[in-house]
Amino acid sequence: MTKRSATALAASLATALTLIGSVQPASAEDAKEKCYGVALKGQNDCAAGPGTTCAGTSKVDYQQNAWKLVPAGTCEAMTTPNGHGMLTQGPAPA
Amino acid sequence: MSTETQTRFAAALQDGTLPIPAGLNSWNAGRPERRFGVYRNNVAVGLIGALASRFPATERIVGEEFFAAMAREFIRHHPPRSPLLLSYGDDFGNFAKAFEPARALAYLPDIIRLEIARGHAYHAADAQPMAGDVLAAVDPSRLAGLTFVMHPSASVVRSPHPVVTIWAMNAGEMEIAPIAGLAGEDALIVRPQMNVEVHRLPPGGAVFLEALQTGSTLAAAVESASADSADFNLSANIAGALGAGAFAAVHQPPAGD
Amino acid sequence: MIPSELPRRAGVGFKPEHFSDIIAGSQPVGFFEVHAENYMGAGGPPHARLGKLREDYALSVHGVGLSIGSMQSLDKEHLARLKIVCDRYQPDSFSEHLAWSTHDSVYLNDLLPLPYTEETLDRVVEHVDQVQAALKRQMLLENPATYLLFEESTIEETDFLAEVVLRTGCGLLLDVNNVFVAATNHHMDPRAYLARFPLEFVREIHLSGHSETVDEAGAPLLIDSHDTPVKDPVWALYQELIDRTGPVASLVEWDNDVPQWSVLRAEAEAAEAILRRAARRSAA
Repeated sequence: MTKRSATALAASLATALTLIGSVQPASAEDAKEKCYGVALKGQNDCAAGPGTTCAGTSKVDYQQNAWKLVPAGTCEAMTTPNGHGMLTQGPAPA
Repeated sequence: MSTETQTRFAAALQDGTLPIPAGLNSWNAGRPERRFGVYRNNVAVGLIGALASRFPATERIVGEEFFAAMAREFIRHHPPRSPLLLSYGDDFGNFAKAFEPARALAYLPDIIRLEIARGHAYHAADAQPMAGDVLAAVDPSRLAGLTFVMHPSASVVRSPHPVVTIWAMNAGEMEIAPIAGLAGEDALIVRPQMNVEVHRLPPGGAVFLEALQTGSTLAAAVESASADSADFNLSANIAGALGAGAFAAVHQPPAGD
Repeated sequence: MIPSELPRRAGVGFKPEHFSDIIAGSQPVGFFEVHAENYMGAGGPPHARLGKLREDYALSVHGVGLSIGSMQSLDKEHLARLKIVCDRYQPDSFSEHLAWSTHDSVYLNDLLPLPYTEETLDRVVEHVDQVQAALKRQMLLENPATYLLFEESTIEETDFLAEVVLRTGCGLLLDVNNVFVAATNHHMDPRAYLARFPLEFVREIHLSGHSETVDEAGAPLLIDSHDTPVKDPVWALYQELIDRTGPVASLVEWDNDVPQWSVLRAEAEAAEAILRRAARRSAA
């Protein structure tokens, strides 16, 4: 590393630290959110992942055949007029 | 012999096409098909539910019915190997990539990887993120050789698709709407305190953080990031990563350089 | 060996969605119970919340994945993880199920039934001994909700449990809903089952809801689904039981379609009222 780039690095860091200084600390956040991860508004506790269970279930798995289904959630609303293809890179298969 | 009983029981639970095992009984005689079916259903619904709770954005994107069918296929090929369900599904992204019925959604495997990273961040070891003034105290002549210890919860997900936007729309953080651009997005996932956060990384940011994560010096990481993107801005990247709580500590190079 | 001894009051199975409501005030709850496996991550909100609850309440750690009823060996790594959870939270009680859930390294994610024979009895005794030696704690073993029977069974479930207690020194967790569910499913009288049950070793009771279906012959087939309030016939069995035993730590479990905290708390208060009446009677 040359003298010059070391100086540049120091200057960049100094700028970075000023930037951080101006960032509002997250203290406005509800203490419960901060301390216990109680779900943020709008988000359910998604990252928690599955809990275990010692119960059975009354829900019935109807066993639909995946090969006869198409994705039908929000993916429909997120697409452009080009359909799903807009997110697949390159042309759609013929 | 009970080992054989359990082997047959387990096999018939996992493969619904097998007949129910011999040696099972009910008070009103006959083969207890429905009774065995209760166990089959408990296992299937339980594991599909486990995956749905770990991949809520993925489930919203494809819809409940499709998600359940896809999860069922995954479970058949990758049953859990541990009673710790909190890490079940770490190979769901790779599975999705090869899953023909989901092929139209090219971004889906990357959304799954982002949700996996969120799960890991959630359960990662707790650590206080490094404060910015630690860097301010470093002798400027030694900055180039600094190495960083990432926060235990921090990870980077790179994608050629707008994964942060798509995830945010499906996690209740943004309105669902058509997505205008094709631009890829890289994400930093980190849990500085108790909430898992997803940040969109600026140009070169993913390469920069991945370099630091694998032990590169600051100077080397800057070099890699600048090579990756001409728009790489060190100040913005350091400020962003520090502000997000992505670092746990820095190590200074030995003195006398 | 540390005995498993909870306050003789009503407790509630802890659900993270109730955390804010729980810590907002003082709850009329004698203890909380958690599933050990949900606290085996390194850190994060689960530990933050449980640490906070532990400051104010007695705690029962309830394992769901040890597979004590397996013919194959216990998972040593899992036992080590249980030890870490118990060391960290110093629970007042540790319990697990008379069931199996792992086979050939596949985790089957349900509490599966086992035939009751001399062979399975030896195996369960060996496993309970191992658990108690590893944790240096007495464990409680829970009677299962079952949906079918095995031709090879030669021992009554109640005798099987009594024998495990006799040979290991473990205690018992009596799930009254499981008694009602299994008795209905096997066309037996739950009161006859309870009359044979070794009640003197019961250190905890579980109460929960179940759902109703039928088998192919139209006979009732109940499912231990923990997704409703405790049903009236289960309350009746519980009341009769407490009349005989006096107060025993009693947990209300609600694991699926989890309601608001106030609903669950009301269930616990109903159990607490029964316990309080029994305490007054035994004091009189």
